[in-house]
Amino acid sequence: MYDVLIIGAGMSGLAAGVRLAQFGLRVCILERHTTIGGLNSFYRRDGRNYDVGLHAITNFQPKGSKHGPLPRLLRQLRFSWDEFEWTPQLKSAVVFPAARLDFSNDLTMLESEIVRAFPSQADSFRRLVDAILPYDGLEQPRGRESARAVFAQYISDPLLVEMLLCPLLYYGGAAEHDTDFAQASVMFRSIFLEGFARPAQGVRLILKLLVRRFKELGGELRLRAGVRRIVIAGEEVHHVELDDGVDLQANSVLSSAGWCETMQLCGEQSALCEQVSPGQLSFVESIAVLDCPPQALGHPYSVLFFNDSGRFHWEKPRHELTDVRSGVVCSPNNFAYVDDNGPKEGMIRMTALANFDRWTALTGGEYEQEKVTAREAIYASAVRFVPDFRPHVVATDTFTPKTIRHFTGHDNGAVYGAPQKRRDGTTHLRNLFVCGSDQGWVGIVGAMMSGVVMANRHCLQPTVAR
Amino acid sequence: MTADEIRDEILDILSDIVPDEDLTALKDDVPFREQIELDSMDFLDIVMELRKRYRVQVPEDDYVELATMAGTVTYLEPLLKDAQKA
Repeated sequence: MYDVLIIGAGMSGLAAGVRLAQFGLRVCILERHTTIGGLNSFYRRDGRNYDVGLHAITNFQPKGSKHGPLPRLLRQLRFSWDEFEWTPQLKSAVVFPAARLDFSNDLTMLESEIVRAFPSQADSFRRLVDAILPYDGLEQPRGRESARAVFAQYISDPLLVEMLLCPLLYYGGAAEHDTDFAQASVMFRSIFLEGFARPAQGVRLILKLLVRRFKELGGELRLRAGVRRIVIAGEEVHHVELDDGVDLQANSVLSSAGWCETMQLCGEQSALCEQVSPGQLSFVESIAVLDCPPQALGHPYSVLFFNDSGRFHWEKPRHELTDVRSGVVCSPNNFAYVDDNGPKEGMIRMTALANFDRWTALTGGEYEQEKVTAREAIYASAVRFVPDFRPHVVATDTFTPKTIRHFTGHDNGAVYGAPQKRRDGTTHLRNLFVCGSDQGWVGIVGAMMSGVVMANRHCLQPTVAR
Repeated sequence: MTADEIRDEILDILSDIVPDEDLTALKDDVPFREQIELDSMDFLDIVMELRKRYRVQVPEDDYVELATMAGTVTYLEPLLKDAQKA
């Protein structure tokens, strides 16, 4: 008998686990896979370390900051800033055919870029920033106004609206085409007002620190322990049944599997699941290891978002496997490392939108062939906006919506979960709660914050009130 | 525990929760929040630590009593009078 069972050892589940174990609760995290991390993970192949998921954390703030999601998260989990070796970005960019906007963790760079590229919009942009400031990224965003519509009220040049939305949607847009203004504001803050950083050793460091702490605090982590069924009695979870038939009991269950996915585990395929339609947006990502640092090829950007027309199409590709009209190019080398503690080899990671159904319909041989085709198409598209790195590629790996579905369990391989969010984490059952992607917090910091807040609200506070 | 011991214990808990804050100059009758960075999530930590260390339950309605060091000590004194410092 546990106090809390947590489904999924991704960022939100691990953070929730640390938080609960900190106060002596008996906690067990159940993970279907042999590795932790879910969407954000890492692996070793041919002697090289690869990261998946995280390009960079958003919401970064320099050491000593006390406000905002990152300092608050570290405090709640009792980690010191230094443990993560946070390494800030150098600079990033949004590039469309008609304009380029560089930005960094200091808003003044973006402001001066807007003065340069869109002189008539400079004042409007400042007013938009003022409208965004009240969304502090701690409270979950509410409100249904279209971000595109609200941005357009401030900014009259549609190209600038598209260029600002592109990074926001790529790093957290769960719905096609648009998002609501509140959610966009949280994303805007996390990307343009706070900014990007990377643990020097990549995502593995965050996961290792979380797991080590969780175990030190007496938490139990079970790998290869997928949950097959959540068994209900009356208005509550009676027990959880694992893939291997083992039953586990707990006072409450915190699921990071996603809303629909959790309802399916409860055997509620119909009504409760239909309240939320699954997300449609998935990615192909191709990782290229280079024989030199990207800087040596004249590529100085930490993250570069590109789009090949004046209009940014944030949608599931209808007729093709992969849509390479837009993409994200992340260079893990291009962060401000100290003492040479960054990646040892040059690396570029490229992400583009992909169609889950088409990828999963492929047979084994076709699938491998299409991975190569997609990789070459993404490269060819990206080199219109970054120096041609192709002669320098020494190793590659590519993952698809199928891979994302495998490691996250998300329906449709939807990276950011379902478009409608379950903000309070409650379900139809008294002792079942959700955390993670379907909660409205985005990014790695958001995912961990979701785990912490749901653990506080639903598992710790009730023990105080009792 | 005596009032002084309780005060030390609260300082110890605070140093765990907000390790980067200087607690040496903390004034007893001024709200914590005006002196150090402490939000509602952190208050939950104080309450949970008291529960973990001394099995003292502070219901949510009583959180207001914990606004200052003086208030916290006064509130906890009867609850912790038989407790031994951990």
